[in-house]
Amino acid sequence: MASKLTQSNKAGWLMAFPGIALIAAFIIVPFFLAFAFSLTNQRLASPNPTEYVGFDNYRDLLGLAIFTLEPERGENGQVLRDDEGAIEYPRLRTFTRNNPDYPQLDGKREWFSWQSGENRTVVLASDVVFMRAVVNTFFFVIFVAPVQAGIALGLALLINQKLRGINVFRTIYFMPVVVSIVVVSLLWKFIYSPGDGLLNNILGWLSFGLFEPRDWLGSTSTALPSIIAMSIWQGVGFHMVIWLAGLQTISPTLYEAAEIEGSNKWQTFRYVTWPGLRNTAVLILIVITMQAFALYAQINVMTRGGPLDSTQVFVFQAVVRGYERQDISGGSAISVILFLIVLAISLIQRYLTREKN
Amino acid sequence: MAAVSHDNRGLRLAARYAALILVAIIFIFPLLFMAMSSLKPDQQLLNDTNSLRAFLPVGDISFQNYWDAFDRAPIGVFVLNSVLITGATVLLTLFVCSLAAFSFVFLDWKGKEVIFSILLATLIIPYETIFIPLLLMASQLPWIGTEGLEIGWLNTYRVQIIPFIADGLSIFLFVQYFRDLPRELIEASRVEGASWWMIYRKVVMPLSGPVIATAAILKFLFMYNQYLWPLMVVQEEAIRPVMVGLGYFTDQLNVPWGEVMAYLTVITVPVLAFYLSLQRVFIASVASTGVKG
Repeated sequence: MASKLTQSNKAGWLMAFPGIALIAAFIIVPFFLAFAFSLTNQRLASPNPTEYVGFDNYRDLLGLAIFTLEPERGENGQVLRDDEGAIEYPRLRTFTRNNPDYPQLDGKREWFSWQSGENRTVVLASDVVFMRAVVNTFFFVIFVAPVQAGIALGLALLINQKLRGINVFRTIYFMPVVVSIVVVSLLWKFIYSPGDGLLNNILGWLSFGLFEPRDWLGSTSTALPSIIAMSIWQGVGFHMVIWLAGLQTISPTLYEAAEIEGSNKWQTFRYVTWPGLRNTAVLILIVITMQAFALYAQINVMTRGGPLDSTQVFVFQAVVRGYERQDISGGSAISVILFLIVLAISLIQRYLTREKN
Repeated sequence: MAAVSHDNRGLRLAARYAALILVAIIFIFPLLFMAMSSLKPDQQLLNDTNSLRAFLPVGDISFQNYWDAFDRAPIGVFVLNSVLITGATVLLTLFVCSLAAFSFVFLDWKGKEVIFSILLATLIIPYETIFIPLLLMASQLPWIGTEGLEIGWLNTYRVQIIPFIADGLSIFLFVQYFRDLPRELIEASRVEGASWWMIYRKVVMPLSGPVIATAAILKFLFMYNQYLWPLMVVQEEAIRPVMVGLGYFTDQLNVPWGEVMAYLTVITVPVLAFYLSLQRVFIASVASTGVKG
């Protein structure tokens, strides 16, 4: 490839330098700093020198412990119950606060628990709020991403018809993608208003008054689903377009062959369309997942993680620590964890879409 | 028989359009509601959510919310800041990234392959994972200004522009496009004695309209919609962009929804108009980010 005509170290370096230098300074350096800071107690501004603390930040985020509480017993060994008949247990606090017999529980709080016979098994976490963020994000990846991808595929098939004026619809479906997520979040916050809010009213008309108004963002069971529904509304046009690009790579001769063979619509989809979309499907799931991990503006504008931490997510937690509490090291540790998950997903994508020889 | 099958086809066509229109309503109603509400006083705005009036410009219609919103916050300053920050970044990105891509594609130099693969690797780093360390960096970076050496980039325009000029995706888009340009064209100009700079300016860039549009649109959307970064690095009113300016309305005890809708309309309608006038290019550009994998 290299010929005299194109060989030029000086010009080559000179032209590539501004771009390379900027990426090095503002993407690569902070990327490695995230790893470095996460092993220290770095703060945004502090009179004390920064110290190396090993994996303390990660332990503070990810620390877990399982502990079994045995019931309080009376003098002759019978299980004590309170007025309502519930078994009485010693207070968890006596084990988690400065108890030298249980150093592994120190500072941890109850995350969830279950009953097994007379005993109660408690799972404790160093950072219960962060654990909620982890669970919420994985809930999103496992259950919501496929649904969202499916809706987008439905829209793509709808738009892929040869109809007059179809471009108008494509333009409309894609429209929310170019609107700022901050604008969308604030707008939907109003639409989701409790009581006499717009969505409650619309659902009321559609059900002829049967629908009970809800406090969409104010209740733990609907807050996260409401934010997800809004995110789908905003982003589905984007995913639709990626599906469309995939649909258009399928050769028309395959459809003609299917028609000659007399296959019905479902069979054509199942045996012609879907196999041709395998790589697109993986790509879409990855794109949706990455967007889910980057979720921030919706949370900050609509719920700030509430109610009762039901809408906590990674980036919001990273910002609360790194910026609001000025704890750069803690925020960096969350960033590193987030990056490692993103990396794992990319590798899975590479594996699933690899060329089969 | 013929009439029946014709009817059938007509019916099926009607059903298809009905489905398309139904979905279109779902995508349009919130935006329509936003624009209509911005014209109504708060009390009417709230009452109108009871009926279809929510989507119609009826009742006590005026631009009062717009005047009030402009009184409450220096919206003109915010818009100007956003235009300045977005415009400067887009222009610098186009220049810096196309120049680097030009070098990667047409020139041979030592270390090119290694550096290019590092560049591709940066594509999987989401900005969200580097903002926290970048915040600390920004607070301590030096800058040589009019008053000599100063420390710290917080509360400046440069902290909102410079970190976002170069990114792997923009360079990658240019590289992909340049690779498909006929190499003979460049080599012929070289034989004729044109400098690399001349070839970049006079031969390659004039042929690169489509990729320039794609890179510009992507950077425009990213920059105009930035929220988290300016939230962290800008506390001064005079250099705030539009998305952060929303705090003036939402941090109130009683949110003035009419004004909020007016502000949202002001910052959204120009982008929508831009999109609608170039929708084909917009959609193709955004779709190209999905293929970066």
